[in-house]
Amino acid sequence: MKAFLQPHRIVLLAIGLLLIGLAIGLMNWSWLENPKYQVLIVQGIWRSIWLTVVTMIIGMALAIPIGLAQAVGPWYLAIPARAFCTVIRGTPLLMQIWLLYYGLGSLFPGIPGIRDSVLWPILRQAWPYAVVALSLSVAGYEGEVMRGAFKGVPHGQLESAKSMGMPPFTMFRRIWLPQAIQRVLPTIGGETVLQLKSTPLVSTITVVEIYSVAGRIRQDTFIVYEPLLLLAAIYMCITGLIVLAFRTYERRLPTRTA
Amino acid sequence: MACPPPSQLTSFELLGFGDCGWGATLLWGLGNSLLIAAGAYALGFLIGIGGAFGKLYGGPILRDVAAIYTTLVRAVPELVLILILYYAVPGLLNEVMVALGQERIILPQFITGVVVLAFVQGAYQTEVLRGAILAVPHGQIEAARAMGMSPLLVARRIILPLMTSNAVPGLGNLWLNATKDTALLAVIGFSELTKATYQASATTKAFFTFYPAAMLMYLLVSMVSIYLFSRLEKWARRGQRDVRG
Repeated sequence: MKAFLQPHRIVLLAIGLLLIGLAIGLMNWSWLENPKYQVLIVQGIWRSIWLTVVTMIIGMALAIPIGLAQAVGPWYLAIPARAFCTVIRGTPLLMQIWLLYYGLGSLFPGIPGIRDSVLWPILRQAWPYAVVALSLSVAGYEGEVMRGAFKGVPHGQLESAKSMGMPPFTMFRRIWLPQAIQRVLPTIGGETVLQLKSTPLVSTITVVEIYSVAGRIRQDTFIVYEPLLLLAAIYMCITGLIVLAFRTYERRLPTRTA
Repeated sequence: MACPPPSQLTSFELLGFGDCGWGATLLWGLGNSLLIAAGAYALGFLIGIGGAFGKLYGGPILRDVAAIYTTLVRAVPELVLILILYYAVPGLLNEVMVALGQERIILPQFITGVVVLAFVQGAYQTEVLRGAILAVPHGQIEAARAMGMSPLLVARRIILPLMTSNAVPGLGNLWLNATKDTALLAVIGFSELTKATYQASATTKAFFTFYPAAMLMYLLVSMVSIYLFSRLEKWARRGQRDVRG
């Protein structure tokens, strides 16, 4: 703590606090007292976190086979996996979201009988397209990361597992996957932050998360800057939480540093 | 010339350059995207160099300010930053202009887009360049200092040439990010490739013609960039021993 509180830092902190104080005192925050907006903001934050967590989980579940196919799979699996990763990583996420929502969304009503099926109430909404697009994006980026992770596990580990008579799936579950995951945990932490930062894109297809809540407040009240500043602060807090969560989790794993 | 309804046109005609085709619109969008990406990347590089040297060799205040800048920018979504800066930069500029007794000016969208994306790029480039500078063997810098070189000369003759090979892979990734981040400007209504694709497909309903075509354009840009950056890396690594022996 003493190393942190050098004289210039105290001045910087004071300036920072002064700026925050000025922002609170001089800017217009009266809209925060409106209970309608309070509910919307809490819901929006929850949706953003939900989208981040759910799409990360689905995406990682997809990324493991994709990474495996690229690392050790036969060519007829490796080439499609590689092509998938290249396309996802080489095109903007916004475009993928729009292609799925406007493109696929316009195809579905043409399929006869789909309007009467049980799927229709889901397909009619926007959030399934958002979840699919964001999950595929995670799968593309993490597939590439997992490829390196699977290849990076020392060969001796796999050989000794094999020599202990482990069947391939047990070997994968007990030796290969845990070591690969442990290797990429810091990367995944960073990617989760990136994923959180891509969630505002789904507001362009009418999914209501915190970004579009801020947009709506700006439209309703004609207040330009304040909702955006609150938005930035909220994202910084969630980012901090993600970083903290991954740091505690990483600490629980035994590592040997040379 | 009156065009037949879009549903009667083939994908080829839709993507063509005729009166009924949208090829020119898409290419114009691609050109815009590349121009913005290049501008933002170049400006971001200047910020990055300044930030990296500031973080490593600057005084305590400069270091902390640079740290705050990179942390803030990397923690807030690009879209939010773009929106904040898109409204804040022209607003602040106009207030300064009014205070100086000048007329209000309207910044061209293009310049705002470049500045906003450069601000984001600068934070990431700072980190890449800082890492690259740290990877320069310390003995080289000490030797240069011992020869009595001034700090600027050390930077120009020793650090910059030696860090290039370390920085190129990271900078290549950031260039790919820059080309894709231009798509975010579509949200604030800038007519680059993603916006052009959206307009073309919304008008003609030919989603599966225009989106794949535009994605192919982005992919081609990525592929060519990856190839060029690998050439650049090879050039930057000339004279270095190959680790594979």
